[in-house]
Amino acid sequence: MAKKVFQRPKYLKETVFHYCPGCGHSIIHRLVAEVLEELDIGERVIAVPPAGCAVLAYNYIDVDMGEAPHGRGAAVATGIKRVLPDRIVFTYQGDGDIAGIGTAETIHAANRGENITIIFVNNGVYGMTGGQMAPTTLIGQNSTTTPGGRDIGRDGAPLDLSQMLAIARGSVYIERTAVNSPKNIRRTKRAITKAFKTQMEGLGFSLVEILSPCPTNWKMSPVEAAGWIEEVMTKTFPLKVIKDEVGKRN
Amino acid sequence: MGEKLLMRGSHVIGEAAVRAGCRFYAGYPITPQNELTEYTAGAMARLEDGVFIQAESELAAINMVIGASMAGARAMTSSSSPGISLKQEGISYLAAQELPAVIVNTMRGGPGLGNIAPSQGDYFQATRGGGHGDYRTIVLAPASGQELAELTRKAFEYADKYMTPVVILGDGMMGQMMEPVEFPDTIDPDELPPRPSVLDGAGGRPSRIIKSLYLDPSMEEEHNWKLTRKYESMARQISRGEEYLTADARLVVIAYGTAARIAKGAVRRVRDMGLKVGLFRPITLWPYPKRAVLEISRVSKDFLVFEMSTGQMVEDVKLALEGRSNVHFYGRPGGIISTPDEISKVINSLYHRRHLEED
Repeated sequence: MAKKVFQRPKYLKETVFHYCPGCGHSIIHRLVAEVLEELDIGERVIAVPPAGCAVLAYNYIDVDMGEAPHGRGAAVATGIKRVLPDRIVFTYQGDGDIAGIGTAETIHAANRGENITIIFVNNGVYGMTGGQMAPTTLIGQNSTTTPGGRDIGRDGAPLDLSQMLAIARGSVYIERTAVNSPKNIRRTKRAITKAFKTQMEGLGFSLVEILSPCPTNWKMSPVEAAGWIEEVMTKTFPLKVIKDEVGKRN
Repeated sequence: MGEKLLMRGSHVIGEAAVRAGCRFYAGYPITPQNELTEYTAGAMARLEDGVFIQAESELAAINMVIGASMAGARAMTSSSSPGISLKQEGISYLAAQELPAVIVNTMRGGPGLGNIAPSQGDYFQATRGGGHGDYRTIVLAPASGQELAELTRKAFEYADKYMTPVVILGDGMMGQMMEPVEFPDTIDPDELPPRPSVLDGAGGRPSRIIKSLYLDPSMEEEHNWKLTRKYESMARQISRGEEYLTADARLVVIAYGTAARIAKGAVRRVRDMGLKVGLFRPITLWPYPKRAVLEISRVSKDFLVFEMSTGQMVEDVKLALEGRSNVHFYGRPGGIISTPDEISKVINSLYHRRHLEED
């Protein structure tokens, strides 16, 4: 009998993703579902999807889900986790959601050391609304609201939220990865696993920032988008462990 | 009921919440309601399962309440007018997601930063939904320390029963007043019937979704009608008010909360002078006790609405009466507290201007 080497993860619903061709959300959803299964926490997890393309995560990831208003994921997750401290609580947020409208909620949740995990998907634009400038849009990058490119004098520089969160004492583990290559996808999965384990051990705030392609709004092919992450985006947002105090806090 | 305690209004709400099984409070400092936040901080700390969070903002506080409610807790937040404006986003989501929660608004003078004196300027905001979208919140208007205790209990019961946010609408005067209070029996939250839609991890059951997004307009329309049916049943089941000396009244004053306390004193004074004047005090501001007002209009053809605003509830009185009676208005906005003497003069003058003394 043939051995099954690839199958739908237990916590991914049997449905077709609505995401655009080449979008990173489908990959990241799958990684999250795989990790929940491998850590055997899918039946005690509560997820908080954002406003944005990934609000529909509840149609795909088969766990309890409570939708947050735009940017408020970390506050909603705080409320859930404080009431049910033995459950695993994570938010899934885009860059506009977390680093724009939700900056305050995120920084203060990290500072309080809320024992939650954030999956932060950074594609450098507001995707669902049609490709406007995000806090993370690169200098010179075109968007529908920065025709001619983001100008540092007019629009400010890209905001490195993960770095800011690392300063907060309550944050324990923060890593930036990408899903533009098989190697980076494997690294991303390792990071997501470590982030959830950080929470399972009760150590405090964990976050994985994932550079993710948005070919539709970047006006690129999926292959070009993957290459652009490698060659351009990682110059501003280098892939690295930004903070790791897991050993120290244990 | 237990012993009688002498307590400040804001402390009564905090104590009544805890005794109603509330185990989650998130709030942000704003005058004149800090005593409630502070009381809750202490009360939650004394409970093994109590959670108190001083949030970084009003927005964060209401969103923490959303999370706590999703997780199954009886949850509360409180603020005063400008802070309640900030919470409206979350209140709209609570209504849309059919999540129970209690929100206390200790109203102060406004608009804008206004002042910290007692006011009733947030009536429209509270009774018309307040945030975006087609929804209502239950709005309760206590007028005494005892009623603060009872209505805080009711607020949690209504929130759970109808799966909806409930607003307790008071003001700085209500919050500061010291009065004797007897609390209803204490509820153990573990003994409350479990709510069906709680998010606690999908162990042994299908996963659940709590959301407010309905991209398909026909689904959103259905959701809106579902909420509306719920609001209609609230209107039938819970709207109420207090009548005082209305049976033979030729003029009935309508006022709520602190204004009703003042008006009651004024009604007593003019009764002593022989004027046939009564008081109707709405206890639920939404749903508005329209039927009771209409019923009184069989006897009294003149109504005087008194508010600590430029005139907001007066619109609901007119809607309830549908042109059947004469509706007059007297208001003092901006944090001015009228005296019973002042109101009795207003009543007296109106009574005679309308020739109500004539048979």
